[in-house]
Amino acid sequence: MNRFLLPLGIFIVLAIFLGVGLTLKPREVPSPFIGKPAPAFRVPQLHEEGKTLSPEDMRGKVWLLNVWASWCVSCREEHPVLVDLARQNVVPLYGLNYKDARENALAWLNDGGNPYIASAHDLSGNVGIDWGVYGVPETFVVDKKGIIRYKHIGPVTPEALKDKIIPLVKELNGAN
Amino acid sequence: MLTRALFLIFLALALPQAYAGEAEPTADDVALEKRVMAVSEELRCLVCQNQTIADSHAELAIDLKNQVREKLRQGMSEREIVDYMVERYGDFVLYRPLVKSSTWLLWFGPFILLLVAAGVLVAKLRQRRKAMQEAPKLNADDHARAESLLSGTDNGAKS
Repeated sequence: MNRFLLPLGIFIVLAIFLGVGLTLKPREVPSPFIGKPAPAFRVPQLHEEGKTLSPEDMRGKVWLLNVWASWCVSCREEHPVLVDLARQNVVPLYGLNYKDARENALAWLNDGGNPYIASAHDLSGNVGIDWGVYGVPETFVVDKKGIIRYKHIGPVTPEALKDKIIPLVKELNGAN
Repeated sequence: MLTRALFLIFLALALPQAYAGEAEPTADDVALEKRVMAVSEELRCLVCQNQTIADSHAELAIDLKNQVREKLRQGMSEREIVDYMVERYGDFVLYRPLVKSSTWLLWFGPFILLLVAAGVLVAKLRQRRKAMQEAPKLNADDHARAESLLSGTDNGAKS
C-alpha cells in the first residue's frame, strides 16, 4: 500500500499543475501600459483622409480604442458586440484600423455597420507597435487624463463588457 | 534518351527557383543586417511565442524586424531598442527571461529538482545498504545447501 502512496502523490501534484496550466492563457500577455500614458500618434482618419485622429483630441473623456482590421477573423466575431455598444451610448468608441487597405476597411464597415465615432488609419502598423499591439482585435480603455487603464485582448464579448469594461468606464467617469 | 533530356531541361528550369527564396542583403547593409539579426534573436515573437522574431515569419515579427532596422539606422543602440520593445510588450518580449525575484523559480527550479532527486537517491542507497547489512547471516548448513543447489546435486526433495 505504502509504495503506491508516493507515485499517487506525484501524480496528483502533476495533475493539479497541468490542470492549472490549462486555465492559463499564454496568448494574453499583460500590457506594460496599464497605468501609463497612452502613446501619442496623429494619423489620418479612415473616412476623411484630410482629418487626423490623435489621443490628444480625447483629453477629458473616458474612451475606448478598438484595434481592428478587415482581414481579422475574430474582429468579425466582436463586431456586432461593438455595434451594440455604440448604440447604448455609454462610452465613446474610436477605432484604430490596423494595416488595412482603406477601401477594404470602408467596405467592411459598410457591411457590418460602423460602431466607431472615427477610426485612425494605421496603414504601416507603426501606431500598433507603439501601443504594443500584437494580435488584432485589442481594446484599450483610456481615462480622462490619457492614461491607459485596461487592455482587452481578443474579441470583446458581451460578458467582458458587462463585467469589466463598462463598470470600469463608469468608475473612471465618476473619478476626476 | 528523351526522358533524360527532359529531366535536364526541368532541372535547368528549376535552378532559378532554387535561388529565389534566399534573401540578398546588399553589400553595404551586411553589417547592419547582422546587428538587426543579433537584436532580433533577443526578442520573442508574440504571435508564435516559442520563436524569436529572427526566426519567425509572422507579419508582426517582420514589422518588428523592420522597426529594429530603422532604429539601428537612426543610431539607437541595441540596448535602447530592447528597452523600447520591453516598454511596449513587457518583459515577455525578452527571449531570455531576466533573472529577478519573479523568475527565480524558472531559472533555479530545475537545479532544485536535481538536488531533491540526488537527495532521494542518496537516501535510498543508504537505506538499501543498511538493509543488506541487517539481512540474516547464513550459517554453515545454509551454505552447504546453497552449494549443492548451485552444483546441481540437490534433488529438491529436502524441505
